[in-house]
Amino acid sequence: MNINLTLIGQSITFLVFVWFCWKYVWPPLLGIMQEREQKIATGLEEADRAGKDLELAQRKAADQLKEAKEQAAEIIDGANRRANQIVEEAKQAAHAEGDRLKAAAQAEIEQEVNRAREQLRSRVAELSVAGAEKILSVNIDAKAHDDLIEQLAAEL
Amino acid sequence: MAGEAQTATDYIQHHLQNMAYGKLPAGYTRADGTVLSESTWTMAHSYQEAADMGFWAVHVDTLGWSIALGLLFCFVFRIASSRATSGVPRGLQSFVEMVVSFIDKLVKEVFPYRNSMVAPMALTIFVWVFLMNLMDLVPVDWLPMAAAGISGNDHLFFKVVPTTDPNGTMGIAIAVFAMLIFFSIREKGLLGYIKELTLHPFHTGRWYFDMLLVPFNFTLEVISLLAKPVSLGLRLFGNLYAGEMIFILIAIVFGVGALGFIGAGVMQFGWAVFHVLVITLQAFVFMVLTTVYMGMAHEREDETAHD
Repeated sequence: MNINLTLIGQSITFLVFVWFCWKYVWPPLLGIMQEREQKIATGLEEADRAGKDLELAQRKAADQLKEAKEQAAEIIDGANRRANQIVEEAKQAAHAEGDRLKAAAQAEIEQEVNRAREQLRSRVAELSVAGAEKILSVNIDAKAHDDLIEQLAAEL
Repeated sequence: MAGEAQTATDYIQHHLQNMAYGKLPAGYTRADGTVLSESTWTMAHSYQEAADMGFWAVHVDTLGWSIALGLLFCFVFRIASSRATSGVPRGLQSFVEMVVSFIDKLVKEVFPYRNSMVAPMALTIFVWVFLMNLMDLVPVDWLPMAAAGISGNDHLFFKVVPTTDPNGTMGIAIAVFAMLIFFSIREKGLLGYIKELTLHPFHTGRWYFDMLLVPFNFTLEVISLLAKPVSLGLRLFGNLYAGEMIFILIAIVFGVGALGFIGAGVMQFGWAVFHVLVITLQAFVFMVLTTVYMGMAHEREDETAHD
């Protein structure tokens, strides 16, 4: 355990190693580690932002979906209402048409009746004339009044 | 155990002797009886020779292992840093990055100033000292016996743990001390630093009182300044030396019969497990204290000096 030149030798050795480490080991390693740290920080930030974007997009999509649903419901509602309205209108129109047709038919019937009545009336007059004529010509020679009878029959 | 019949004392002593290469003076009688005609640089062949070399000797094993382990550190970390990518780290890169980010965080906490050299220095100290300490976990006889086998010299001194050599730990501590002084002067200026050493901790604000306090302050500051490298180096040395010593003692027990072998095995394992903590902790403490000292060098006390 003698103190000797080894002391100085060891000091110099140490300083040389420190110098080497200072110049060639530490800076590249630390540089790379910092670079990685930065990369990770950027990556995390981006992931964060992406997460937020995603959330935003999801919320937007949900909003749009809701809106669309509402619109659809509105449209369906409107359509239903319109359909009811149309049915109602159709019903009314049908009723009106029916009424109109009925009225027309009744009018026609009445007209027919009236016409028939008129005809009948005129016929009755004719028939009564013909009856009277017939009664008046009973004793009339049938042969002599053949023409008349035939005429009457034809008129019936 | 190297050599023939060896006593336990011999064994321990042999394990605690570094491989010294140094200068022996002219007229010195060597261990084998030869007398040197002129001063020579040579390997020490005995404890006495190693001691007689005085300051002009180098512990080849301490320096060799220090440099080898330091190169290992530089090599591995350099490879990792040159191949590193900012993608997903794998294997060596992720291990190295784990160590680097651990040190970086710690240094940022302890050392809040701008100095690009402190963190790399902390990294170097932590890994290097850890690696040197780690040599303590290699069973005490393996490497010395291998070295003896390779060199063909049964008595070869070979100590594999550089941090159990006070030269090894104090050498680093002295370098840290030099950095401390260098950064202190760079940050505060020579005058500012002298002021800090002479006007602290006691100052009154009146210059004639302060002049009287200068010797007192200076003594205190210099003692606290010198205590830093000494405590730094000796703490590491003391812990590792004690650990090594216990490993050596356990190794002796291996030779004492079957029961001794089993007992030593258990003890060896237990102490090694405990020692894993010690070597990591000591490397960590050395690093943290160095960083704290660097922080002190950058600390400006102008505000307190002028009030």
